Amino acid sequence: MHLLEGEGVSIHFGGLAAVSDVSFYIDQGEVLGLIGPNGAGKTTLFNLISSCYVPRPGILKFKGKNITGMSPYKICRLGIARTFQTVKIFANMPVIDNVRIGSLFGNTRSPASAEANQQSIELLEFVGLSRVMNTPARDLTLANQKRLEVARALATKPELLMLDELMAGLNPTEVAQAMDLVRQIRDKGITIIMIEHVMKAIMSVCGRIIVLHHGQKIAEGTPQEIANSKTVIEVYLGE
Amino acid sequence: MEDLMVIINLLALVYLGWFVDWTLKQNKSKIWLFSGLALIMLAILSTLPNYGPTYSYIMMSGILMYLILTVSWTLFSGPTGYISLAPAAFFGVGIYTSAILGKDFPVLVVVIFGGLLSVVLAAIVGALTLRLKGIYFIVFTFGLVLLISSVLLWYEIRFTGTRGRFITTANNDLIYYVMLGITVLMFITSYFLKRSKYGLALQSIGQNEEAAAHMGINVTAVKIAVFSISAIFMGMAGAIMAMKWIYLDPYSAFDPFRSFLPVLMAIFGGMKQFYGPVLGAVILAFLEEKLLTEFPYYYKLSFGIVLILVIIYLPDGLVGLGQKVRAWFSRGKIALT
Repeated sequence: MHLLEGEGVSIHFGGLAAVSDVSFYIDQGEVLGLIGPNGAGKTTLFNLISSCYVPRPGILKFKGKNITGMSPYKICRLGIARTFQTVKIFANMPVIDNVRIGSLFGNTRSPASAEANQQSIELLEFVGLSRVMNTPARDLTLANQKRLEVARALATKPELLMLDELMAGLNPTEVAQAMDLVRQIRDKGITIIMIEHVMKAIMSVCGRIIVLHHGQKIAEGTPQEIANSKTVIEVYLGE
Repeated sequence: MEDLMVIINLLALVYLGWFVDWTLKQNKSKIWLFSGLALIMLAILSTLPNYGPTYSYIMMSGILMYLILTVSWTLFSGPTGYISLAPAAFFGVGIYTSAILGKDFPVLVVVIFGGLLSVVLAAIVGALTLRLKGIYFIVFTFGLVLLISSVLLWYEIRFTGTRGRFITTANNDLIYYVMLGITVLMFITSYFLKRSKYGLALQSIGQNEEAAAHMGINVTAVKIAVFSISAIFMGMAGAIMAMKWIYLDPYSAFDPFRSFLPVLMAIFGGMKQFYGPVLGAVILAFLEEKLLTEFPYYYKLSFGIVLILVIIYLPDGLVGLGQKVRAWFSRGKIALT
């Protein structure tokens, strides 16, 4: 049984097929990359998985259970957490409170206040933000806000973590740090799907890659296969 | 002299508001001093009818009305940023409950019923409208006030052939005690809400609703629940305040000003701390009582001017101004050393 499975997932916005008939799966412990040109439907696919939108038609299964059309909060409590392409932190709240929210609400087993605090502190240490714990989240740099989103998502104790362009807008040092972070999360046993434009990162971290173009899946395979695929090169560089 | 007594009691209210903020702090010192002071303030407030002239506690009831509307409005709208203009509707439902049940039931039953009916209305309205955002929500909640008052007017003219009704009145000291009871209940509820994880959830909804939903918060349920809780106090206050008036009709029961003033008072006081709206309500309601009797033509004008000045110069209200002044002084100290 796959951890997450999508069968013929589609969604239309007006006349535009943002995602059309995409089938995919992820297994426990994998790091799956999702790439494609701008407007390919990558973030829309994330929004479908996290139930911002409901696929029509299409079915999503998490650990064999149909999760199509569930509310986003239930999806999160089931064990699917995400970050956002444009950061969506709770800007006026202290960094630690951002993480505490994930810890207090993100799981069916709700921890006591002190326990949630402890978990949040540990997660902030893990992503390297423990020194700015009490700063309002809006005062962090973009790189740190993205780390905060990761910590907040991890606080919900997910089995599957979806990272939407974690490395966009970061400088080379920060990209290297973010790659390390992804590896460390994987080593904790959390399955990851990541959307990324930084090819170096995706090639070195992911075990398997799916390529989307105009809402359709055009290629799938190991980083090596994708790098050598003629279709993919055409899509990215033109014929 | 009466004014002085009222002012002392108002200061006691502000202290209790500040005390709620203080109890929410993590590192508390001088616990005995501040808790003891809170008890003294509560004693001053609850014995007012014993030492003050009738006029003083009638005036206090009027001020408490605005305090309850403002603080319970802030309970939901402060953290979430959903500007509700429904207070007059919930307050009016309380008034009409009182008008209908007042002659057959004891005061407390009427008050509790007024609160419950407002909760039912808030839950229905919340379920319908809390999916709306920004201006749509504001307009809908305001429309609710006008809708209910028009329907009542239509009903009265069409079916009972009357307009308005008489109310069974209660003693002024009883009204004051009940108003104070509602206020204390509201402070305690606010404290527990702010301390609980739902206080945090409410804040996160205000900051980024989509992210909140993806963090496992049942956004709709939290919003409806807190919106309804805030309506309880408004409904209860309406039910008891109605007993001050002899006669009412839908226009006076659903006066839209009772929707605008709480917003104004909360902004004036500053919504970042719990005592901000308390301070705002107390000052403006006191001024209203004074100006209305002494300069009836100027008071609405002065309210308008205050609102404009506050929005331009004090976006965080009086509390924000206080913090700025304190920051300025402490900066001066650092510069000297």
